[in-house]
Amino acid sequence: MDGPVARADGIVKRFGTGAPALDGVAIAIAPGRITGLVGPDGAGKTTLIRLLAGLMAADAGTIEVLGRAPGDARDAIGYMPQRFGLYEDLTVQENLDLYAELRALPRSERAEVFGKLLEFTDLARFRSRLAGRLSGGMKQKLGLACALVKAPRLLLLDEPGVGVDPISRRELWAMVGDLKREGIGVLWSTAYLDEAEKCDCVYLLNAGKLLFEGPPAALTGRVDDRVIRISGFEERRRRFLTEALDRPEVIDGTIQGRSVRLLLREGASFQPPPHATVDLAPPRFEDGFVEILGGGPTGTSRLAERYRTIPETDRPVIEAKGLTKRFGDFTAAEDMRFEIPRGRIFGLLGPNGAGKSTTFKMLCGLLTPTAGTGAVAGFDLRSAAADARAQLGYMAQKFSLYGNLSVRQNLDFFAGAYELSRADAARAIDEALDVFELERVAGRDAGSLPLGFKQRLALACAVLHQPPVLFLDEPTSGVDPVMRREFWTHINGLVEKGVTVLVTTHFMDEAEYCDEVTLIYRAVQIATGTPDDLKADAATLAGLDDPTMEEAFIALIEEHDRAHGVRAEAA
Amino acid sequence: MRRLRAMIVKEIWAVLRDPRTRIVLVVPPFLQLFIFAFATTLDVRNAELAVLDRSGGRAAVELIQRIEGSPNVRRVRRLASERALAEAIDDEQAIAALVIPEGFARDVAAGRPATAGLVLDGRRSNAAQILAGYVQQIALGLGAELKPRIARAAGASEVTAWYNPALDYIWFTLPSLIAIIVSVAGLAITSQTVARERELGTFDQLMVSPLRVHEILIGKMVPPFLVGTLNGTLYMVAARVVFGVPFTGSLLLFYPALWIYMLALIGVGMLVSAASQTQQQAFLGSFLATTPLILLSGYASPIDNMPGWLQVVTYADPARYFLVIDQGLFLKAMPASVVLQQLWPLALIACVTLSAAAWLFRARME
Repeated sequence: MDGPVARADGIVKRFGTGAPALDGVAIAIAPGRITGLVGPDGAGKTTLIRLLAGLMAADAGTIEVLGRAPGDARDAIGYMPQRFGLYEDLTVQENLDLYAELRALPRSERAEVFGKLLEFTDLARFRSRLAGRLSGGMKQKLGLACALVKAPRLLLLDEPGVGVDPISRRELWAMVGDLKREGIGVLWSTAYLDEAEKCDCVYLLNAGKLLFEGPPAALTGRVDDRVIRISGFEERRRRFLTEALDRPEVIDGTIQGRSVRLLLREGASFQPPPHATVDLAPPRFEDGFVEILGGGPTGTSRLAERYRTIPETDRPVIEAKGLTKRFGDFTAAEDMRFEIPRGRIFGLLGPNGAGKSTTFKMLCGLLTPTAGTGAVAGFDLRSAAADARAQLGYMAQKFSLYGNLSVRQNLDFFAGAYELSRADAARAIDEALDVFELERVAGRDAGSLPLGFKQRLALACAVLHQPPVLFLDEPTSGVDPVMRREFWTHINGLVEKGVTVLVTTHFMDEAEYCDEVTLIYRAVQIATGTPDDLKADAATLAGLDDPTMEEAFIALIEEHDRAHGVRAEAA
Repeated sequence: MRRLRAMIVKEIWAVLRDPRTRIVLVVPPFLQLFIFAFATTLDVRNAELAVLDRSGGRAAVELIQRIEGSPNVRRVRRLASERALAEAIDDEQAIAALVIPEGFARDVAAGRPATAGLVLDGRRSNAAQILAGYVQQIALGLGAELKPRIARAAGASEVTAWYNPALDYIWFTLPSLIAIIVSVAGLAITSQTVARERELGTFDQLMVSPLRVHEILIGKMVPPFLVGTLNGTLYMVAARVVFGVPFTGSLLLFYPALWIYMLALIGVGMLVSAASQTQQQAFLGSFLATTPLILLSGYASPIDNMPGWLQVVTYADPARYFLVIDQGLFLKAMPASVVLQQLWPLALIACVTLSAAAWLFRARME
């Protein structure tokens, strides 16, 4: 069969008043292909998938799955919802049994199907383990196995790459590649733009609208020859990026280790600084996306312009001296050691559950270390925790402000919590509203704001008291690239003013902004260095030429596993 | 102070701006006012009675008419036979049936003691018993008028109800209601506070700020405290103005008692909240705490009627003490010394619950 397994036209779906979640979206999923549904959080990806799965009805438009209404074709659809759709209190085998029962798979076929799926997902050894106790990657594989119990012709995967370490993610892709060869039409939704490049065909969604459809190369093709990498300049790379982004010919730019990567306006040429080398870099999907969105922000951060200069100091601003955390007999983090000097970005990298959040939480005072000590801005975490807390600004991955309070009330609260005097608070809040362009929404509930504004508000609250230290917990996961640029523009500016930043991330893009990263895996630091150092290590380890951060990550973890026995014993 | 102020303001906004909390604030108190004030009546009104009159004559007619005339009785059905009587009770057409035997009027006329039978529907034992009381009173009254001497000989006693001379059940229910409503709303709001922050992910944000634990806890105690005071005041005024229940005690005793009771409650609510991961859990937890709190307080059934071991348990129930103070201040102008007797255990309980909540809050931070 050559026609698409599923097709949707002119889909409109509204929730309440306001902008529709989907606004005139059309999609066609071909058999034997991986169709990517790509877009930031809140773009409408999940809504579209749920419509295709027949879980809700569209307000307008037509949907056809295998020539039928979506609800009638459920037998032929495999659907993996975002949070695995597993029963955490059942074992791997019981989950499979349950899905087989739900899908009415004949008893006689079960043994064979289960055998195949368990082999396929490499979960045979974990049959009797509770699903809730699997690692993120294994949960995702089990979710996939459950969706495949009755061989579907259309497989809907809602963000299967979220919360999965790079190695499991690679395995997941390989598995889905096998399915595609069996002729299944796969829809893979993702907020990670690098995943888009691996799809055969991509639908790019943003704020309910389709921005692009076609093979990913068609999007990157638009920016071919306009992506350059500049290295060997004398200035500090962050200052250089700031200046480059302020130039009219530059649409977008990011830091990549010691070099800077720029996207140029069509037909423009870039005058590099003396002694710098300029190479043409391969364009990426993200470049195309940024261009469609009209380019990133300029380089100068208005926040940083008004920020105080943090006084110089020779002592490390953040110190971890053998930080260890145990929960019962489980060690979540062991002997973490690093020092971060003033005005640096330090990254804690690692798969979910590896211990980076635990380390992060110990340093910001949320967890008491079992052993070891740490200090923030000279205040010991054990003896002067409250003083240490007053020195830091904190921003968590999940929007964690008070959704029921207005933007201004949120700012008021944080100004008070950080003991700004009345006059200082009033000035700081006015500035924040101005810098982050929040005046228009100052009276609105923070929870009702679009993601980008929430992000700004979160940053505004975190820096209201102009702390010398910023703690960022996966600050930009799921936001669109322009928002991410805007965020990092501010952070880069603040770092130039002497602010020290600790960031946790499993997002390789964010890792590139760091001066130094430490890779945490199974509760220990397995490698520490500049992003370029880690990439160089990985290049020698895995024999790769110019590896990406993600490839370096995988190579280093695999090397660690080789040195410490098999990966099979995974959490 | 600046930090604490910010925390308190934030908590008050959080309560006022959260639609769910707003509902908890407004709906249950009103609902309870109406349900408790009108539905949980201990009087029997609008009762349907039946009568099988085998006697006839002046005395029988007089008795039936007096029953018919009672404000508690809506209708008296005349029955013709034993079978009709059985049917009337069986089909719940009547809750009780009066059987006036042959010779009733004759005995009365002759000055002999006369008896009438009353058949009650045991399925509705409570209402039936109360009704039996009414009928007995009417019969006695009739007897007393006809033959004063005989009636007095039968040992009738004059009953005077102190503090509530008309035995109006509203005088009993409404003061108790203040305790119940303050408890329900106070527990519901307190139990949500910490759990909500946990669920929304704002808890970590709070913990990394320079706010001290006691500032966070005090900040979270203020809104339920204010809501409790407001509810208590509202009901006290409603009880006096709308329902005419006299408030004979001192307000200077009422408010301190209310506040100390609120603190004890807030401690319980905080315990629930600190133990819960989600608002759902907190909601169930507060329900779990509210039920025994009210049932063991002596509001629903007198503590003296409970088995001995349970009576011991009630000493730990803060509502028990507040209920006594509350009713005492309304109806019998309870003096300060008596209030204090109830107040010190209440204060002790408040200390225990609040310390436990603070301890659990700290322990659960990790």
